[in-house]
Amino acid sequence: MASSGLELLWVSAPQLAQGIGRTLGISLLAIVFSSVGGFIYGVLRNLGVRWIDGVLRVYLELFRAIPVLVWLYLFFFGLPIFIGWSIPGFWCAVLVLSLWGASETGEVVRGALRSIPGGQREAGLAIGLRQLQLYGRVLLPQALRRMTPPLINVFTRLIKTSSLAVLIGVVDVIKIGQQIIERTYESVLIYGFLFVFFFLACYPLSAASRVLERRWNHS
Amino acid sequence: MAFDVEFALSTLPAFVSAVGVTLQVGFIAIGTSLCVALINAAITAFGWPILRPLVRVYVELARNTPLLIQLFFIYFALPALGIRLSGFASAIIAMTFMGGAYLTEILRAGIDAVPRSQIESGLSIGLSRWQLLRHVILPQAGILSLPALFANFIFLLKETTVVSAVAVPEILYTTKSYIALYYKTYEMLAVMTGLCVLLFVPMSLLLRLIERRLQHGQFGS
Repeated sequence: MASSGLELLWVSAPQLAQGIGRTLGISLLAIVFSSVGGFIYGVLRNLGVRWIDGVLRVYLELFRAIPVLVWLYLFFFGLPIFIGWSIPGFWCAVLVLSLWGASETGEVVRGALRSIPGGQREAGLAIGLRQLQLYGRVLLPQALRRMTPPLINVFTRLIKTSSLAVLIGVVDVIKIGQQIIERTYESVLIYGFLFVFFFLACYPLSAASRVLERRWNHS
Repeated sequence: MAFDVEFALSTLPAFVSAVGVTLQVGFIAIGTSLCVALINAAITAFGWPILRPLVRVYVELARNTPLLIQLFFIYFALPALGIRLSGFASAIIAMTFMGGAYLTEILRAGIDAVPRSQIESGLSIGLSRWQLLRHVILPQAGILSLPALFANFIFLLKETTVVSAVAVPEILYTTKSYIALYYKTYEMLAVMTGLCVLLFVPMSLLLRLIERRLQHGQFGS
């Protein structure tokens, strides 16, 4: 079994690689978009403008409270009937994960910005920096240390959650695995492989986050 | 397109029982996860030699893999090894596997936050290790980790949506089957969204409230 199992994985490698590419593609795109969206969210929340705060809080509560899978179904089945857009499952997953991820990263960024002493902002304004310069050169660089470990944790959650894409019909690594099982009945091997694959994708990140947190907390 | 109110209403009984299933899976999983976490916390606190590294391995494995894969492994792969479980049982086991690891980490962080002097004083007045854990460490660690525990209870309740993938008739599965049977996508998405908003948004707001209260309270320190 062991040798035939490895053989099966070897033979299926090109197919699996394609699925891995799609799974990691969704994750990476969602990580990039979430980071951009999260930084914008964090800075906007930090400006303290009433109505912007209100709008963003509703957005945050909705994406925090309602499970990602529900959002996936809403966008995948709902967009075609509500606004007549039919987007492919892949991009639907990227969109939903990005919106969810941006709310999570956004809260991390906001928290990190809030933890910076007020004197920094006042000093920046006193020497005549504009808002953009204040954030780009003073506040965000300082907040970066504080936000990096939790941000990495959000990224691992995005990778894990990208697995849900299979439920709206994306042919990701899980679907490819299921197709191989249909042919070969090697369910233990394939699900074992998927387990290891996701573990290898996430563990280095969560370990790095822990190391960084410990190191930066002490300094 | 017109919203078929009559149809939406006719599905309500099914959705009522679906909410019941969601809550049932969620609360059972919270209970079992808490048991697993308490056992693991005791193992970690006592520092038992072989079990302690095993707890670490378990926590890392469970936290760094998606619930969906854990669920599929239990539901689709275990039968090949002669273990055949219903969707419901698979759901509970998978959610306990994942939830137990998350809660273990939270309790560990809580235990770490109990001041050393508390433990030393406990030992110096002659408490046994079990008494120390039960009367000194766990009460304080429990209060310290309460907000995080609540957050994870809600996280687990939300994760029950994933078990729709193994035919457990909770909210999402019911939605999907009605859509597949009657093509009433519009109505069913509306019912699904409405139920989720009613169920999860108040929980989320309640959590925010608890977090704020406990932050100000600073119990146990």
